[in-house]
Amino acid sequence: MHPIRKKRLTIVLFLVAGIAIAVGLTTFALRQNINLFYDPTEIAAGNAPVDVRIRAGGMVEEGSVARDTDSLKVNFRVTDYAASVPVQYEGILPDLFAEGQGVVAMGRLNEHGVFVADQVLAKHDENYMPPEVAEALERSSKGQYKSADVEKAAETTAY
Amino acid sequence: MWQFFHKLGSPKWFFGIATRFMPWLLAIGIILLLAGLVWGLAFAPKDYLQGNSYRIIFIHVPTAFLAQSIYIMMASAAVVTLVWRMKLADVFVKTVAPVGLVFTFLSLFTGAVWGKPTWGTWWVWDARLTSMLILLFLYGGAIALDRAINDEKSAARAVAVLVLVGVVNIPIIKYSVEWWNTLHQPATFKLTEKPSMPVEMWVPLLLSVLGLYLLFGWLACLRMKTEIVMREQKTRWVRELVMAGRG
Amino acid sequence: MAFDSFSAFIAMEGHGPYVWACYAVFAVLLVGLMVWSSRHHQAVMASCKRRYQQQENSTSARPKQAATFARVEVSQE
Repeated sequence: MHPIRKKRLTIVLFLVAGIAIAVGLTTFALRQNINLFYDPTEIAAGNAPVDVRIRAGGMVEEGSVARDTDSLKVNFRVTDYAASVPVQYEGILPDLFAEGQGVVAMGRLNEHGVFVADQVLAKHDENYMPPEVAEALERSSKGQYKSADVEKAAETTAY
Repeated sequence: MWQFFHKLGSPKWFFGIATRFMPWLLAIGIILLLAGLVWGLAFAPKDYLQGNSYRIIFIHVPTAFLAQSIYIMMASAAVVTLVWRMKLADVFVKTVAPVGLVFTFLSLFTGAVWGKPTWGTWWVWDARLTSMLILLFLYGGAIALDRAINDEKSAARAVAVLVLVGVVNIPIIKYSVEWWNTLHQPATFKLTEKPSMPVEMWVPLLLSVLGLYLLFGWLACLRMKTEIVMREQKTRWVRELVMAGRG
Repeated sequence: MAFDSFSAFIAMEGHGPYVWACYAVFAVLLVGLMVWSSRHHQAVMASCKRRYQQQENSTSARPKQAATFARVEVSQE
């Protein structure tokens, strides 16, 4: 390679490396601001500010959704399977909202530790499958739980 | 090896190769893209959670994929422009940028329309969506900078530096869904793992990605040929070619 | 076929407007870009051809001038 070209290539590489380091450090410093939402563990640990508009995200806890019968009010808990936060919301929920599904709620955390949301968005994962497969999967996983329960029961009776 | 590299930089040689490949790129590209889209729209099963709205994936993923890989190709060409001063690399960056802009816009647009029924919002300022918007501005900036500078050589170098600086955005787009909490889900396709969708969904998706890739190849060849003719119109070979009505 | 009828295919269980809007915009922009690039290429080729023909006409109409021009070029070397 020609020495001039070699020199130019070195300059170009230094340029790209320098910018990559600068941007890397900036995004690392701003990582909390780049995060779209706080997860329940952070909120439970008191890392989320109270009475400031923030987002909270996680899974809707199974069996926690309580809908008001004569208004659009709904209460549920958002969990990341380590901690959970109670959420209060009044309004129309997205179609994908269901127990066991991901959500991102926007609102304020009040002093009682209840998250008062004014907007709830649904978050889905990267898995796609036909409805029949999803049903079959659910059936088989329930079957597994059952057989595990049976085994556990068998163990407890044996000892 | 260097000899081949320099031959690649010859506009005349490229013109001949491009003319030979273009009909194939166009024909196979259209067939693959149409096959993928028709399969995805009408024959692939619906998703258990999102229903039929997920069918937008068959254009959302190909356009987003192309938007990023066109940028990587442009950045590689920018290195060649800056280090080797190769004319053809500069022609590539200049002519392909508008194509990248259109694909980036399409991926943002289809993503927004898909987000409304699934997430419940058109837009959210999460890391993935924001970094993709920055990519749109980078394409726009490269095009505007090229138009703003009259001298061909200075324009080429300025655009090359801009494109190269912007390349740090590409890993940010790719890993944004893993590094930060985002509303956007992680990638369905990973190089090392099996795709997290069944065969009858990922095969049509793969077909449309390949088809769009080939059509991009056709577009790039065509647009580069136009630019070469404009730049080299004083040379004898372009004159002979134009008068013979070839290309 | 994942749908029972053509109307079900269009409606997509209520998601039709979203899906079809995406496909329409995609088709319009992609085809538009391809057609525009192709027309632009042809226009550039045609205008080059016109210019070359003009040059040829002017050089054949005034052969003397062309000859003197060539001589100047030689003397410069």
